[in-house]
Amino acid sequence: MDTFLGRYKNLIVLAAILFAQIIGLAVQVRRPAQAGETRLIRLWAVSAVSPVEKMVVHAQKSVYDAWANYVYLRGARRENRELRAEIERMKIDDARLSEDARMARRVQTLLAFKEQYVESTIAAQVIGTSGSEQSRVLYIDKGSKDGLKPDMAVITPTGIVGKIMQVFPGSAQVLPINDQFSGVGVALKETRLQGILKGAQNGATTLQYIMSDEKVEPGEEVITSGGDRIFPKGLPVGRVVSVEPGKDLFLNIRVVPAARLDQVEEVLVVTRIIDKEPDTKDLTPIRAADILAERLPTVPTKPGTDAAGNPKPSNVNSAGAATSAGGTAAGAGGHPPATGSASANKPPAGATTTPGAKPASAATSPRSAPGTATAGGNGTSKPATAAGAKSLSTAATGATTSPKPKAATLPPSGAASGNDQAPPTGDVSTTTTKKAQPASEQTPNTNPDQPAKPPTTEPPQ
Amino acid sequence: MPYRGSLTSREQVAVYDFSWPAIIFIPLVAVLIQIFIPVRVRYFPIIDLPLLVTIFFATARRNPVTGCITGCIIGLMQDLFSGPNHPLGMYGIALTIIGYLASSLGLKIDVENPGSRFLIAYIFFVLHQGIYYGVAHGLLRQTQVWSWSHVAISALANAVIGLLVFALLDRFKQR
Repeated sequence: MDTFLGRYKNLIVLAAILFAQIIGLAVQVRRPAQAGETRLIRLWAVSAVSPVEKMVVHAQKSVYDAWANYVYLRGARRENRELRAEIERMKIDDARLSEDARMARRVQTLLAFKEQYVESTIAAQVIGTSGSEQSRVLYIDKGSKDGLKPDMAVITPTGIVGKIMQVFPGSAQVLPINDQFSGVGVALKETRLQGILKGAQNGATTLQYIMSDEKVEPGEEVITSGGDRIFPKGLPVGRVVSVEPGKDLFLNIRVVPAARLDQVEEVLVVTRIIDKEPDTKDLTPIRAADILAERLPTVPTKPGTDAAGNPKPSNVNSAGAATSAGGTAAGAGGHPPATGSASANKPPAGATTTPGAKPASAATSPRSAPGTATAGGNGTSKPATAAGAKSLSTAATGATTSPKPKAATLPPSGAASGNDQAPPTGDVSTTTTKKAQPASEQTPNTNPDQPAKPPTTEPPQ
Repeated sequence: MPYRGSLTSREQVAVYDFSWPAIIFIPLVAVLIQIFIPVRVRYFPIIDLPLLVTIFFATARRNPVTGCITGCIIGLMQDLFSGPNHPLGMYGIALTIIGYLASSLGLKIDVENPGSRFLIAYIFFVLHQGIYYGVAHGLLRQTQVWSWSHVAISALANAVIGLLVFALLDRFKQR
């Protein structure tokens, strides 16, 4: 017996160690850790290693920051200039999109839609990985002490990263979307087809369960569908790069993640998502014509001249009235913004008191349709008198029961189309008062892209 | 300096030992590097430092029992930091077998020159991948994809890096 043990000692030790590990595997498969449950030995190991990783990451970051912020500033001035220009462009886009957003919120309210909002996030640093190709989990430097829990979404500004799997006191384990055990409910942005984004062993991500008779084009964006109750709806996920017929009835759609999962260093953990209806309390009822009118450019005020021909300071009232007159008339016509020279100029603040202001010289624009001549119908900006302007504003306000003059309630400015001279402002006022329809009688057009329908009243001759 | 019988000369089968700090900290540092570097270096996961360290210790000490124990411990450490769907023991089993085979092979052939080290690292990497695939697919019924080209390229990279790692770790040898 001793001879046998001595002779096969190595093999016996090997078999014993392998047997013990296989038994351990069987136990783990038999009793898998529940969601949110962590095996004690993993907890100990990660807790022991995390401080070292954090220290290394923070030391590295400090050195990098010192280099990047104090030493390596080459090109910073040029970059700053470019960023400022980009901010200016984005401000213009923002002004344009905010109106669309307001309109969308009103429509959502009408349809009683509920949206998911990311209410709070925690920024975290990636401090480690699994270190193998078989598992792509990440470790971040925030844990249960910071309020993290399993199944919280992990995102970056460019796209989603994954979800929290296990939470330790000072760190947490993230399962990225390209891991072979990951699955995310997603939808195609254009076609709104819904499927599941799954990872693979080689790190590729594929969109599954899209029927093969559906039309999916490469380049289409993929967003979260919100169906998994982990990621809020509408977050960017990635982009379709290839579509091939797959097994069974489904397409094989390969998706490139929007976030660079192989080089992600900083992430945001979504700690709270709330479902609520869009907040439209601050949105007063507004009609399509108003939205359209707000987008129209305004005319700059020209300084008036006294009897001697000397320029005098512009009167805010008269300037505002002039733009009101022109703007409302143009708005009534419901035409796109004029591209005339006046549109390129910015009026002073006083002149923009009426959102629907349109340049008085809009009639000279080649895009102006017949019947859209304004108070300055002869192509010259002719300021209306203050009295006339006030009458006009009053008439418009009274007709629409709105604090703002409503463009669509005014008669089309075709009144001046047959006559190059602007009608007397007093006449305009009178006519407006007579012919303008109440706002309540008009069907509001919620689509700002559609021009408002001009009133059917005949213009004064 | 004990000597054991081998197919090569007696001088080439010298059994080396290591200090306790080296035995403890070298595998630990290898695992830490393995889990930390991929955050910064995209393709680093194809390199398997714990495997290379296991091969090095096993071939240098030339004792199958210590070889498989070393492999078991390093593999379990690697398992600890893998994902929740990665049960403890998958790398443990693979590295236990690798440690045993490497130390047994070290008794038979010269493992000191770069050519044999390159071949050993290459072959044992392929074997390691095969064992892992067998455990995951055979024992746990996990879906695994086997790609010969990927394994061949990864093995080549590991063999090249292995030469550097082995040369570095030679400094810790004690006769």
